[in-house]
Amino acid sequence: MNMAQKENLYAITGLFDSPDAVLHAAEETEKAGYTKFDVHTPYPVHGMDRAMKLKTSKIGLFAFAFGLLGAVCAVLFISWVTIKDYPLVIGGKPFWSWPAFVPVSFEVTVLATSVLSTLAMIVLYFKFPNNAHPLHDTPYMKSISSNRFGIAVQADDPKFDEKEVTGFFKSLGSKEIAPVYFVPADQDMRPALFDPKFLGLLLVIGLTASAATYFTLNKILYLPPFDWMMVQPKLKAQQPSSFFHDGIGMRPPVEGTVARGYMPYPYKGKPEEAGKYLINPLFPTKEVLDRGQQKFLTYCSPCHGNFGRGDSRLQGQFPNPPTLLSDKVRSWPDGSIYHVITEGQNAMPSYASQVSREDRWAIIQYIRALQRAQHAHESDFK
Amino acid sequence: MEHIERTQIKVSPKNRLIGWGLVWLGVALCSLGYIVDAREAAFNNVLNFLFLAGIGIGALFFLALEYVTGAVWSVPIRRVNEFLAWLVPFAALLAIPILFNLDTVFAWAQKDIAASDALLRMKEPYLNRSFFILRFFGIFIVWIMFIRLLTRNSTRQDATGDQRLTKINTILSAIFMPVFALTLTIFAVDWGMSLDPHWYSTIYGIYFFSGTATASLAALTLVTAVLYERGFFPKLRRDHFYNLGALLFTFVNFWAYIAFSQFMLVWYANLPEETSWFIARWHGGWEYISIVLILVQFAVPYFVLLPQEAKMNIRTLRRMAVWLLFAHALDLYWLIMPAFSATPPLGWMEISFPILIAGVVLIVLGWQVQNLSLVPVGDPKLKRGLEFRL
Repeated sequence: MNMAQKENLYAITGLFDSPDAVLHAAEETEKAGYTKFDVHTPYPVHGMDRAMKLKTSKIGLFAFAFGLLGAVCAVLFISWVTIKDYPLVIGGKPFWSWPAFVPVSFEVTVLATSVLSTLAMIVLYFKFPNNAHPLHDTPYMKSISSNRFGIAVQADDPKFDEKEVTGFFKSLGSKEIAPVYFVPADQDMRPALFDPKFLGLLLVIGLTASAATYFTLNKILYLPPFDWMMVQPKLKAQQPSSFFHDGIGMRPPVEGTVARGYMPYPYKGKPEEAGKYLINPLFPTKEVLDRGQQKFLTYCSPCHGNFGRGDSRLQGQFPNPPTLLSDKVRSWPDGSIYHVITEGQNAMPSYASQVSREDRWAIIQYIRALQRAQHAHESDFK
Repeated sequence: MEHIERTQIKVSPKNRLIGWGLVWLGVALCSLGYIVDAREAAFNNVLNFLFLAGIGIGALFFLALEYVTGAVWSVPIRRVNEFLAWLVPFAALLAIPILFNLDTVFAWAQKDIAASDALLRMKEPYLNRSFFILRFFGIFIVWIMFIRLLTRNSTRQDATGDQRLTKINTILSAIFMPVFALTLTIFAVDWGMSLDPHWYSTIYGIYFFSGTATASLAALTLVTAVLYERGFFPKLRRDHFYNLGALLFTFVNFWAYIAFSQFMLVWYANLPEETSWFIARWHGGWEYISIVLILVQFAVPYFVLLPQEAKMNIRTLRRMAVWLLFAHALDLYWLIMPAFSATPPLGWMEISFPILIAGVVLIVLGWQVQNLSLVPVGDPKLKRGLEFRL
C-alpha cells in the first residue's frame, strides 16, 4: 500500500459498530452532498435504501425479464419434447397437456430468475470478465464480513477531498478510517477465465464427460427397446415374405372362397341365362329412381351420356358406346343389362367392384325411365 | 418510552343508521328468500356464512401468527384483526337457519337418499345430522373461546401494560395453531366438501384456508387503509403497508398454488369419482365462472401487486383489498353453487345475503372501534412496531 500513488486512491472508508450508526452515517453523508458512496453491511439493514436516497432498484425488472425468459423457454422446450421429439402417450392424454407442464415451467422460471439475476449482478458489479474490485481483500471488507458496518466515499466523487472526508467520518463517530487504493497489478490482470490452459482443460472435461455419458448409456448399459407389442412375428399388409414361393406376404383367398353373407354371381360368362333368370327386385319408386339417377350420372354418364344417347363427354379419348335407347336394348330383359354392368362388354369393363348390386338394379330402373321418355305411350301424356 | 394515546373513534349516528339499515334490509330480504325458495336461500346462506366465518377466523389466525412469530410490525394494526375476529360469533348466528334446513342443502341429510346410497350409508357415522350439529357447536365454541381469551388479554394490557399478558397470549396462540389447522379442515369438509358427499379431495381443507386467509388479509388491509386515509393511524408508515401488500401478494400466489395442485392431481389421475367435481364446474356456464375465477383471484392481483410501488401505494392496496374480497366471494360461489344448480344462478337472493353481511360487519366493527382503543397502547412491542422500517 505504501507504494500507492495519490491518483490510485479509490475511496476513503469508515467503519461503525452498529447498524443504527451506519444508517445515521449514510443519512448524513447523503445530506453532505456526496453522490458516489456506498454502504457495506454483513446483512441487509432495513431503511438503508431510503437513508441513501437510492432510486428504486432495477433488479425487479431484470428478475421479471429473466423469469419470463425461463418460463417461455421451459414451455417451448417441453412442448417440443412432448409433441415433436419424443411423443409418448401418457394416460391417454393429448401430447400437449399443459397442466403437466406447469410445475416444471414454474421451477425453471424460479431457477432462471435466481441464477441469471446472480450472474447479471456479477457481470454488472465486477465488470465481467474482470473479477477484482478495489474493496476486495482489504482489512475494511474483512471487518464487514465479520461484524462491522462500513461506508466508503469514492475518490471520483466531485465533492471528494481526502482530509475532509476523513474528518467527516470522524465527526460521525467512526473509529477506523482508512484509504483504499487501486492495486495496479489487479487492474490489468488478465482474468484467469480466458487462460488457454483453463479453456483447454474445460474442453477436455466436457468432451470426456460427454463421451463417458454416451458410452455408458448407449453401449455399456444399452437395453434393447421394449417393443414386444409393436414388433411381432407376423406379416402386415404389403410386406414381402420369403416363406412363400412367390415372395408375397399377402395371400389371396383359396379358390372358391365365398365371403360370409355374400352370394357369388352365378351367371359368370352366361349372358343368356342371366337375361332369362334374373329379375329386378326393385320397383320404380321415387327413391329407387333418384338413387339410380345418382349412380348413373356418377358411373355411366361419362361414356353413355347424361341421357344414355351414347354421346360421351370424353371427347373421343375413348370409343363412344352405342345408345341405350335403341330398340335392341329396350327389348333386353333387365337381367341382360345387369349382366353387362356386372361383367362388362366389349370395351366396357366390369363395374361390379364400384356399383353395389342394389345400385345396379336401381340404375336399370333409371335406364328404363330414360327409354320410356323417348318412346312415350299415348297414355303418358294424359 | 414516549406515551402513545388511546385512539377511539366516535361513530356518527348516520353511520350507525346505515349499518342497522343494511342489517334489517338484509334480514327482510333473506327471510323473504327463505319463503320464496328455501333451497336457493339456504345455499346462499351457506356461501355467506362461510365468507363471514372465514374472515373472522382468518383474522384470529393472523392474530395468533403475530404472537407466535413475535412479529413487531403488525402490532400497531393488531386491533383491526381483533375486531375482525369478533365476526365469528355473528357468523355462527348466521348458520342457525341452515341448521334448520340441513336436508335442503346436504344430500346426506335427506333420509331417503342417505338410506338408498351405498357410499352414504358407509359415511353415515360421520355425515349425520346430530354429529354434524355437534361438530358445528364444538368448533365455534373453541374458536370463540380463543377469540375471547386473546382479545381480553390484549385489551387488559391497554390499562395495565403488563408484559406477562403478551407471554400468555403467545402460549395461547401456540396452542391455537394446531387446533386451528384441525378445526378449519373439519369446518371446510363439513360445510363445503360434503355438499357433494360422494366426492373427496384431501387438499380441500387447505384450499379453503388459502381462500379465507387471503380474504381476511384483504379485510385487514381494507379496514387499515380506510382508517389510515381518515387519519386514525397517524403513525403508520408506508413500510407497514408494504408488508400488508407483500402478504396479500403471497396469499394470492398461495391460493393459486393450492388450487392448481388440487386441479392437477385430479386431472392427472383422471379417476371418475374425482373428476366429476371439476366436470360439474366445466359445463353449463360454470366454465366461464372457472376462467373468470382464475383471472380475478390470481392473474389480475398477481400483476397488480407485483411491483414494489404497488405494495406501498395505499390507494392501490385499498382497491385490491376490495377486489380480493369479491374474488373470495366468487371462489365460494364456485365452490358451493354447482351443488345447487347446473347453471350459475344469479338473482336478487345472491345480493340479499351480502347486504346482511355488510350490515353486520359495519355494526360489529363500529361498536368495537367506539369502545376499544384502536392501538394496543399497553403492548411492549408497540413502540418498535411503530418505528418499523423496511
